[in-house]
Amino acid sequence: MSDMTSSGQMLAADGTPLKTSLARALRRQKLRALALIAPLLLFVVITFIVPIATMLFRSVENQIVSSTMPQAVELLQQWDSATGVAPDEAVYQALYFDLFKAAEAKEHTKLGTRLNYEQTGTSSLFRTSGRKLDDVGELWQDPIEDIAPALKDGETWFAMMSGTGSNTVLEERRALWASLVEEPFAGDVGITISDEIAQMLPLTTAAYADWAIYEAIEDGKDISKRDPWEAVYAGLGLDLRSDATVRAVNAYTGPHAADLQLLTANLDQMPNTMFKDAFAEMDEDWLDPEVWEAIKIYSPNYTSGYFLNAVDMKKGVETAEMRPENQQIYITLFKRTLWMSLVITASCIILGYPVAWLLANLPMRTANVLMILVLLPFWTSLLVRTSAWKVLLQQQGVINEILVWLGFVDDANRLILMNNATGTVIAMTHILMPFMILPLYSVMKTIPPSYLRAAKSLGATNFTAFRRVYFPQSVPGIGAGSILVFILAIGYYITPEIVGGTDGVLISNRIAYHISSSLNWGLAAALGSILLALVMVLYWLYDRIVGIDNVKLGG
Amino acid sequence: MTDLGDDQSFVKFDRVQKSYDGENLVVKDLNLAMPQGEFLTMLGPSGSGKTTCLMMLAGFETATHGEILLDGKPINNIPPHKRGIGMVFQNYALFPHMTVAENLAFPLEVRKLGKSEREAKVKRALDMVQMGDFGGRRPAQLSGGQQQRVALARALVFEPELVLMDEPLGALDKQLREHMQFEITRLAHELGITTVYVTHDQTEALTMSDRVAVFEDGRIQQLAAPDTLYEEPDNSFVAQFIGENNTLEGIVTELKGPDLCTVKLDGGEIIEAKPVNVSAVGDRTRVSIRPERVEMSMDRLQEGAHTLKAEVLEFIYMGDIFRTRLRVAGNEEFVVKTRNAPDQPRLTPGTQIEIGWLPEDCRALDA
Repeated sequence: MSDMTSSGQMLAADGTPLKTSLARALRRQKLRALALIAPLLLFVVITFIVPIATMLFRSVENQIVSSTMPQAVELLQQWDSATGVAPDEAVYQALYFDLFKAAEAKEHTKLGTRLNYEQTGTSSLFRTSGRKLDDVGELWQDPIEDIAPALKDGETWFAMMSGTGSNTVLEERRALWASLVEEPFAGDVGITISDEIAQMLPLTTAAYADWAIYEAIEDGKDISKRDPWEAVYAGLGLDLRSDATVRAVNAYTGPHAADLQLLTANLDQMPNTMFKDAFAEMDEDWLDPEVWEAIKIYSPNYTSGYFLNAVDMKKGVETAEMRPENQQIYITLFKRTLWMSLVITASCIILGYPVAWLLANLPMRTANVLMILVLLPFWTSLLVRTSAWKVLLQQQGVINEILVWLGFVDDANRLILMNNATGTVIAMTHILMPFMILPLYSVMKTIPPSYLRAAKSLGATNFTAFRRVYFPQSVPGIGAGSILVFILAIGYYITPEIVGGTDGVLISNRIAYHISSSLNWGLAAALGSILLALVMVLYWLYDRIVGIDNVKLGG
Repeated sequence: MTDLGDDQSFVKFDRVQKSYDGENLVVKDLNLAMPQGEFLTMLGPSGSGKTTCLMMLAGFETATHGEILLDGKPINNIPPHKRGIGMVFQNYALFPHMTVAENLAFPLEVRKLGKSEREAKVKRALDMVQMGDFGGRRPAQLSGGQQQRVALARALVFEPELVLMDEPLGALDKQLREHMQFEITRLAHELGITTVYVTHDQTEALTMSDRVAVFEDGRIQQLAAPDTLYEEPDNSFVAQFIGENNTLEGIVTELKGPDLCTVKLDGGEIIEAKPVNVSAVGDRTRVSIRPERVEMSMDRLQEGAHTLKAEVLEFIYMGDIFRTRLRVAGNEEFVVKTRNAPDQPRLTPGTQIEIGWLPEDCRALDA
């Protein structure tokens, strides 16, 4: 029983508003419905949506530059690439310490590969430099060990660096390691670095902390017994170039102060090497401002660079510009993909419509046989079907042989049906045909033959009856089939890969190439995102123009 | 009326046969002639060949043998769209993607009529079926009855001289159906159109038609006006198929004249009947009596009439009439219908009564 209150609201028998009552009654149903789809929903989210989202995220993600060379990148921000001159010594010095660390953890080649996408040659530059970084450190290690032999020994270093303090340097360096290697680097390093030393010898301390963290946590060694990296000696050498540090060392009284003072007393034996020269000696390319420009452009954590590459543009320091004509490939590929998908969809409509009509109008028994023929391709492997097309289409293949034998084609001018766009269109039209025929058939099946009869009885010729009465009613089937075929075609991979040659490949082949061969996942993700966006835009357009309500898969 | 000359008949089936599989005839030697303006119903159970005949007339099926003539001209080789026959389909077949007005304009468009003429005719046709306000609607937005009216208007809008209707009222409820029966006959007579109407509903056939052709087994069993058909069925199939009918089986024992014979029923009782298609003494016959022609009050029967004993098995009160089921001469399905009048007895099961009828209401038909 319901009743109306003065406000016009309907009330249930117990006096609660009818709407509340209804909502409560429906909630159980909704929860049950949700519980029914929950397993599938979870499965889809975990196995499909999350991986796709993370993959697509790679199209903008770019932490690798700033996490591999954090100090150099920071200093590089002040450098103006427009001068056309390589950056100054401070940047090279920071680069040395960043790169040394990365080379120890074998991370520098990844950065090289990443930057190689933007500036060719960077990959080998980073790889060769990584091998030669030890030599630079030895420039200092050898004289230091000659002057103060105690510093050859890891135990001396451990004693000298230990002391009381808040270990802030250690924690800072731990965070840098963590972002470089993408591991937490948690755990006890086994040393408390003396604040006094940290303040007096900052570069030395930073390099020592880097080494200690890596040695203790990554390699699991006791750092008090181990000899530090060459970079630590380089740090010490650099620290001692400052007069203030020399004075502080001379006044220092902590452990092994005497050894340090041996060094300050013999500063003339220390090398005057500049890092800029050292890097130039490793590889001339380090003086190339273009390399540094690429590093600077790609130093932010997120970049539009992949997307710009995906539309044949090149990211500059502030602007983006089109690549030169001869380097443009992706826009052409996108256009070709769209065009060929349209051609394939159109061919499927033209060839599939009559078949679907036959299927829908033949007597049951004959229609079933025909339906089996339509579905037969689904039961054979896609690869087999495509390979079969290869046999048919090649110049010495079945089709050409028959045409030559029949005399339609001259033996010397056999048709080139494969390894070009023609091959892709022919093979893909065949392979995607069932996706056109089935929705068409299921829609046509619902159009009673009495409509055509009615049209004819009203005076329409066969053609007019078809055009005005039958065809408009089959349009939803064409719509459904076209969406299916077009969306499948736009992302098709195997068939164009096998019969497409170079002229007949689609954008997905390029994406696959970047995923599996060039390993430029960021670009692959950007291309994929654009493809996805394109499909959605087309779907939206289709909805606006044709109306998605007009799409029927049957019934 | 059956023997129209060629000059008078508008539609003529001349020895038409139809077979789908080359083995069985669906239509066997059909002869039928219709004058212009007649409303003829093809009535019969499903599979009797009536729809096939309609489809041959419309041009959707071709006759295997024989000729169909329309206005004197053979139409066997004329395609359906050139026959100019209006047709109303079982499920209306209104084009779902067109509005009502577009549906009606369709036959005019294909005939290349001008826009203003088209609009005028569409409006007139819609007004004719009282659907003038619905021109902008889609068929799916109309009720069954409204769709039926639109289908009718569409079949009539191009002013055909012949309209075919294939069970057009089958999908409607009883009340609407009765109303539309009246509407269709009124329109057909007003416009003077020749109509061929196919149905399996005998009430529909009786109320609407000028003549009814009763189909069975690919043949016309009887072609006659409704009252003749009901009151004077030619054979026991027609008697059974049209209206309710009581049948008693027996043997002709005496032919007393053209209108009277005696029949000895299988139970031994003797009754008088009108011989229709029995020709000799000794023929087996089925005697047919309509339930409302059975008399239970003996004073209404003439002197010397044969009467039969009967036992009441069931009494059904139906409002306007009483329906009494009796056991007569071994037949337990013998039904008597009586008007609900104040003096009419309401019989209780088990009562023994005596019944009789006028010999002319009792027809001795084929066995």
